Amino acid sequence: MIETSGEEYSAQNAPNLTPEIAIAHLRSPDLSLRYYAAWWLGKFRVSQLEAIDALVAALEDEADRTELGGYPLRRNAARALGKLGNLKAVPGLIKCLECSDFYVREAAAQSLAMLGDKTALPALIKLLDGGVEQAVQVPGLPHLTQPYTAVLEALGAMGATEAISLVEPFLQHSVPRLQCSAARAMYQLTQESIYGEFLVKVLATGDLKMRRVVLGDLGAIGYLDAAEAIAQAQVENSFKLIALKGLLEYQLPKQSDTFGISEQAIRVMNLMDSLL
Amino acid sequence: MDELIRAITTAETPSQLVTAVKNLAATKNPSAIPNLIAVFGYNNPEAAIVAVAALTELGEIAVPQLLDQIDDYNYGARAYSIRTLAAIADPRALDVLISTTIADFAPSVRRAAARGLGKIHWHKLDPTEAETGTNRALETLMFICQDTDWSIRYAAIVGLQALAQEDLVRLPILAQFQLMLTNDTEKAVRARVQLALAQ
Repeated sequence: MIETSGEEYSAQNAPNLTPEIAIAHLRSPDLSLRYYAAWWLGKFRVSQLEAIDALVAALEDEADRTELGGYPLRRNAARALGKLGNLKAVPGLIKCLECSDFYVREAAAQSLAMLGDKTALPALIKLLDGGVEQAVQVPGLPHLTQPYTAVLEALGAMGATEAISLVEPFLQHSVPRLQCSAARAMYQLTQESIYGEFLVKVLATGDLKMRRVVLGDLGAIGYLDAAEAIAQAQVENSFKLIALKGLLEYQLPKQSDTFGISEQAIRVMNLMDSLL
Repeated sequence: MDELIRAITTAETPSQLVTAVKNLAATKNPSAIPNLIAVFGYNNPEAAIVAVAALTELGEIAVPQLLDQIDDYNYGARAYSIRTLAAIADPRALDVLISTTIADFAPSVRRAAARGLGKIHWHKLDPTEAETGTNRALETLMFICQDTDWSIRYAAIVGLQALAQEDLVRLPILAQFQLMLTNDTEKAVRARVQLALAQ
């Protein structure tokens, strides 16, 4: 998942906002204030109901448009709603999956995955219509017809086993990043090591950018057999530590106060220690 | 010797550089120290790792020059210097490891320094100095247990676990571990505390 535009803001250079001011700014005549406020509410996890309602309303904004017909405010509102954890946002986000703006659809798919509400599954699955044949580059634009990476990752994270036969063909897609997203989802949906090993192989053969992305995938799915390969990967230690942290967390019971630590957890921590 | 050093400065490809550094490292000659340190700034990770290993093996004799030649303007080079100083564990590096642990802008360098703070060879100091030094290392590692970056807190625990070998500071470290076991927000950090307590 790649955060675009919104995260470029540095908190230090930003106008001083409070939740109340930010919510009010979502209806400001100044469009840049609206855009910034939507990002700010997500960044600072302002989860009060007024913020949710105002952001949901912003998903239908018509005022803020790019030259190409994009909806910047909708994008930021959709991203923020994923971080705020309120299922009230789900119907509005589902509607965004049909928005004409690719980046709104992408943000909505990512946020729906974070919210984890399964009522979104049919709408997410619908974006895979036409399968791999339809998953082609849009002429002149830097993206495919749909936000496939976000959709595949959402289906995997939400345990959409009914979508396995639709996800599987994307392992053969010509875009390497998409193959990895498919492998990541397939592992989550089937727990079969062949998909984890696919990612391990990319870790050894891909370029640096790809290796960083795959480390994120392996951490997200907690594929334990990748631990040593992660520790040895030709990538900055910070990325490796985050991936191993993901593996470690899968080895720890949900209720943390009383957990004992398993041999596997110790193995992962020893690798983490060696990367400090 | 001059020939080996010249081979480093005249290397035209990355692999020539690695070979040249390996050859110089193999001499185990202390007069190679400044040239080995200079390799940290060449932006060639493979060569730098060879230099780190060579300097670590040379040990305390390399410490004064390592301290003197830390590159404040090149974070990559600085990271290798700190890693080497942490590995040699000579107490003369204490001040540098403390300031790096607290204030370097690169988390990877801070983590390496924090880990190093736990393993300093205190017995090389006289007892009073050792006591002061151990306490300063403790204070530093305790301080970064509050850091917002989980990986810094993780490194702090690794450092504190090693430092707890010193009787002088064991009790406050155990108390800190208990505190983090209940209060730390990251499951991975709490797990590392458990591992430290079990060992």
